[in-house]
Amino acid sequence: MPVAIEKVTVYIEKKPYKVKPHQSMLQACLSLGFDVPFFCWHPAMGSVGACRQCAVKLYTSERDERGRLVMSCLWPAIEGTRISIQDPEAVAFRANVIEGLMLNHPHDCPVCDEGGECHLQDMTVMTGHDYRRTRFAKRTFHNQYLGPFLNHEMNRCIQCYRCVRFYREYAGGNDFNAFAIRNLVYFGRQQDGVLENEFAGNLVEVCPTGVFTDKTLKQHYTRKWDLTMAPSICVHCGLGCNITAGERYGMLRRILNRYNSEVNGYFLCDRGRYGYEFVNNEERVRKPLLRRAGQTGVISKDAVINHCAGLFSKDDQVIGIGSPRASLEANFALRTMVGPDHFFTGMSDDESRLISAMLKVLREGPARTPSLQDIEHSDAILILGEDVTNVAPRMALSLRQSVRQQPLQLAEKLRIPLFLDHAVRELLQDAKGPLFIATPAATRLDDVATATYRAAPEDLARLGFAIAHALDARAPHVPDLSEEVRALAERISHALRDAQHPLVVSGPSCGSEAIIQAAANVARGLCTTGHPAGLSFIMPECNSFGLSLMGGKMLNAAFQTVEEGATDSVIILENDLYRRAPAPVVDTFLNTARHVVVLDYLANRTTAKAELVLPTGTFAETDGTLINNEGRAQRSFAVFPPGENIQESWRWLRDMMVIAGRREENSWQTLDELLTAMATTLPALARALEAAPPAAFRMAGAKLPRAPQRYSGRTAILANINVSEPRPPDDPDTPLSFTMEGYPAQAPAAVTPFFWSGGWNSIQATLKYQEEVNGPLRGGDAGVRLVEPAQPNNGSYFMIVPPAFEPRTGEWLLVPLHHIFGSEELSRSAPAVLELAPQAYVALNPDDALQLGVQTGKEITVDLAGTRYRLPVKIRLELPKGVAGLPAGVPPLEGISLPGWSKLSAGQ
Amino acid sequence: MEKIITKNIRPEGEPPDLKAYEKAGGYQALRKALGMDPKAITELVKASNLRGRGGAGFLTGQKWSFVPVGKDAPHPKYLVANADEMEPGTFKDRLLLEGDPHQLIEGMIIAARALEADVAYIFLRGEYTLAAQRVRRAIAESYARGYLSKNILGSGYSLEMYLHISAGRYMCGEETGLLNALEGKRANPRTKPPFPQISGLWGKPTIVQNVETLANLPHIIQNGAEWFKGLSPGQSGGSKLYGASGKVRQPGLWELPMGTPIREILEEYAGGMRDGVKFRGLLPGGASTDFLVEEHLDVRMDFDDVHKAGSRMGTGTMIILDDKTCPVGMVRNLEHFFAQESCGWCTPCWSGLPWAEQTLTAIEEGRGEAHDLEILAHITRWVAPGNTFCALAPGAAEPLQSALKYFREDFERHIKEKRCPWR
Repeated sequence: MPVAIEKVTVYIEKKPYKVKPHQSMLQACLSLGFDVPFFCWHPAMGSVGACRQCAVKLYTSERDERGRLVMSCLWPAIEGTRISIQDPEAVAFRANVIEGLMLNHPHDCPVCDEGGECHLQDMTVMTGHDYRRTRFAKRTFHNQYLGPFLNHEMNRCIQCYRCVRFYREYAGGNDFNAFAIRNLVYFGRQQDGVLENEFAGNLVEVCPTGVFTDKTLKQHYTRKWDLTMAPSICVHCGLGCNITAGERYGMLRRILNRYNSEVNGYFLCDRGRYGYEFVNNEERVRKPLLRRAGQTGVISKDAVINHCAGLFSKDDQVIGIGSPRASLEANFALRTMVGPDHFFTGMSDDESRLISAMLKVLREGPARTPSLQDIEHSDAILILGEDVTNVAPRMALSLRQSVRQQPLQLAEKLRIPLFLDHAVRELLQDAKGPLFIATPAATRLDDVATATYRAAPEDLARLGFAIAHALDARAPHVPDLSEEVRALAERISHALRDAQHPLVVSGPSCGSEAIIQAAANVARGLCTTGHPAGLSFIMPECNSFGLSLMGGKMLNAAFQTVEEGATDSVIILENDLYRRAPAPVVDTFLNTARHVVVLDYLANRTTAKAELVLPTGTFAETDGTLINNEGRAQRSFAVFPPGENIQESWRWLRDMMVIAGRREENSWQTLDELLTAMATTLPALARALEAAPPAAFRMAGAKLPRAPQRYSGRTAILANINVSEPRPPDDPDTPLSFTMEGYPAQAPAAVTPFFWSGGWNSIQATLKYQEEVNGPLRGGDAGVRLVEPAQPNNGSYFMIVPPAFEPRTGEWLLVPLHHIFGSEELSRSAPAVLELAPQAYVALNPDDALQLGVQTGKEITVDLAGTRYRLPVKIRLELPKGVAGLPAGVPPLEGISLPGWSKLSAGQ
Repeated sequence: MEKIITKNIRPEGEPPDLKAYEKAGGYQALRKALGMDPKAITELVKASNLRGRGGAGFLTGQKWSFVPVGKDAPHPKYLVANADEMEPGTFKDRLLLEGDPHQLIEGMIIAARALEADVAYIFLRGEYTLAAQRVRRAIAESYARGYLSKNILGSGYSLEMYLHISAGRYMCGEETGLLNALEGKRANPRTKPPFPQISGLWGKPTIVQNVETLANLPHIIQNGAEWFKGLSPGQSGGSKLYGASGKVRQPGLWELPMGTPIREILEEYAGGMRDGVKFRGLLPGGASTDFLVEEHLDVRMDFDDVHKAGSRMGTGTMIILDDKTCPVGMVRNLEHFFAQESCGWCTPCWSGLPWAEQTLTAIEEGRGEAHDLEILAHITRWVAPGNTFCALAPGAAEPLQSALKYFREDFERHIKEKRCPWR
């Protein structure tokens, strides 16, 4: 939590400046807006002094005229520090560093993917180096295959060590390293192969030049200056990471991180970076489809509306099924159309219950839901039931940093500046603060955990209840606990209590309400005994939280209304019901309903059953508000206008309402009008309006351009057809223009389409948009928190402790095992991500496998809710006895309810 | 002068085993030190003015005084003997390691006692296989005799000692690179401050000390600070192992009073230049020191005197250049070594040294160009102390910058004649 720190005075070119202490002079200079070139320093990773690019002159006093060169990244901003950036010797030295790097760097900018957004290009220009004084051959390397996400071009390497520091030290990967010495240091793997770390894609932005570039971008390459870009929100999990999506010629080209100090900072996970290709997938629904008597035909937009007019007669009962992957606006439009009594959230009933329970806990308090930045600064953590890396990946990267919080106190005690990254790491070595992980199976954070506990969901909940009881005797006692678990609960309770910023992370992944209650009890136990704790619930999808706040009925109730004949027609919004409920149930539902209208962007089993399919825009083509797991409403902006037959879901629904004679909704001409209506109807969501400036927002009287000033050839793109310049497409919904027309100034964070500043063409230009290095973007980071704990808090503990898990004979409790690549619906339609997704399997511990007489790879029969699957066996040493795992969301294991008991047999 | 640290060494024979070492008075100093207050040992070493023999000449006692001692000090603390002798032309520690390993061990236990260290390592150059055998045997003997392990000689003080054999890189000889290597990491140097005395091996207070420095400790304990200072005519005190290689009559290594003049070492001990060759210059203390020439021959081999003459005493083992050897070729060879051994961490070093090597190779092979000397001079300035992360590249610049100064016409002849005049 920010504490006011007294500033110190430093002198740059003899002028005094007030700056924060405990930072490097480089950071202070950059925060003040000075251009000091750098390579190895990274705002999130601190200083190591390798590249020597940030040299400045340091003077010992006012009278010191000579000074000496120091690396500004290593020099602390202490009272009275005097430096010169412009000193000729410093200027020459910095140019010489570039000269040294350029001895070997290939002059291949025109064919390099980094060209035009290359930090090395920027720094070269900044230092003024131009003339090559050497005549010798450059050194060369062999490049490696590193998987579907990254290109590797080692000849371009300038040995800044950022990649290896990020990969190993920051992200915890161990299959990548620096090899060999002198000017032949090789950054790569021991041998070719897919990089194992889930954050490897960040190397695209961490690498200051073109060694690591985006492999998916390469397949449809476009220079940064030719991308139309928009401030979007990632749709591949519930964390709401801010992204910059880039498009050209109607194709989404790539995703870059969009800095938000509260949320994702400088980094994304690889699902978030590479999942985008679903937007370009051939399975996209691009035209309205009408299916009659087994015949499917394309129809026009107008015909759709007319068809709809005839579809729902006045007396018809129509229900609407919303979606946690659709925006608030889309869900609200559907809810308005069918009425709140006929609106169903479209989550599975289990998930719906769990998310409601989490929401209730967060609203009633007392624990606050933390941002990812808060999580990074937590100093004791309990994770209950979540494999964070695989369900909310970016949070795992924050948690990995949080274990350093407690040990960092030692560095402070020894007065080792925290910005000296390697000095601190050498001091701390493997010291880690408390992180306890209680999950059914191993997680990718176990390597930094203080202790792990592997158990069935009930037992995980019991551990949580026991911790809460240890914290506060008013929390229920857990009977029949083994001494071992009781001791663990004690140990965890002490660690949490001793911390300054304790944190509990939990969520719905185990399908257990008891786990959520246990997590709530732990947080309550801390908060009510004077240890303000954070409580972070993971949300399964990008708008699960928002949809829950909006409210709606359960999916099974929708099925029931149709079954009972109470409903004639169903409208399904951006939702594949086959991922929500068992196939036979969905089949019956869709077959029984008289009319089924589906609005979606990807063809799936639900669209295949629809009478009418209306093509809607993905996140890249539509604007909308999403609420992340923190309860932060964030607006995501379209990158390009939807194709002529594609509309935003809310526009389709509005058109249907208008044709049905509903005048009121005719006023929904723009997104703002819809949002205003939502704010009136649903006060809990009212502040979602504030997530971004309205469409009428202007700077210098102009819109904000989505395309950069250097965008080339816009007016020539269609010249082969017609030399008349096409009119730029309109965007009535946002203050952004779809072209380079507009006022290219720094806009409020929520509507900043890309980071680009004079002389700073690479992603490092982010620095120029921050109030100070690592601070919020100018004017404040985007997003509005909608949920805060109730004050005063008068809630109570959950008192029902579940009984201990009992293994059964012949039956196994199947729990979901999540996969960053494979479990999430949309990214499965991105080829690069799908390449890394597992095939369906059943995971068993070795004893259970032995009991069944099976081994790795052997197929066994799994009977689950009336469906029989043949699945290959994977051995997972850590699974508790009597518990088996199935990969979540991996076909054919979709729409199944987990955890659930199942007979397993080796035979057919 | 009587021999001090080489008195037990018989160059072609076996080193004294424990019994022989004890018989020669060995481990008496340890007994004495164990009876002293640890702080008193540090004070004594401070008073002796003992300067580090690894090349930098830092005051040993002063270095120790930064290590936190007493009840609140963090533990374990470490002492490391830097036996990674890889400086070209340097072979002095090898003699001590092979010739009298118990002397080193005794010195280490004394130093460790002063620092209240818990664990000691000998970080040994990988190629020193004979030294490895002998040191390993000596450590085992010391353990067996109770000089190591728990409660040494009933003093209540405990110390574990390990021999670590380097995987082999010049960078491992840099004290923080050595620590990284000892931790199993790349031998990149570390950010200083913090210094190893505060955050060293595995983040704990650590002293890294050269073998020759440690070998002096038993003698200082036994004979006192004044005796030690009185051994030499110069300021630094004590004896020093001096060596000479190159075309001298008797290349070798001699223990002499610190501050013996270069001319005396060259003429009296190395026997002067071989017949038919003439002296042209010398690197006074290993490859990473500036050339000295004829006019410097009366300079005393002591830290401050050599520094005043424009070079560094370094390890004290001289490499002599004669008139039948091409100075460009010699410097090219040295720069090849330094470029090869750059750890690859900071740009001036990993980029500048190979550039210097390429340029020198071109000159030597007759492909030199007029501006090459300017580029070489630029590189030596570019890698100056402070501009680089550690001392490797500034060290590498020393023979080059001084060769450009003293042998400039030889470089120019190479370029002008497009060939090496010595070939």
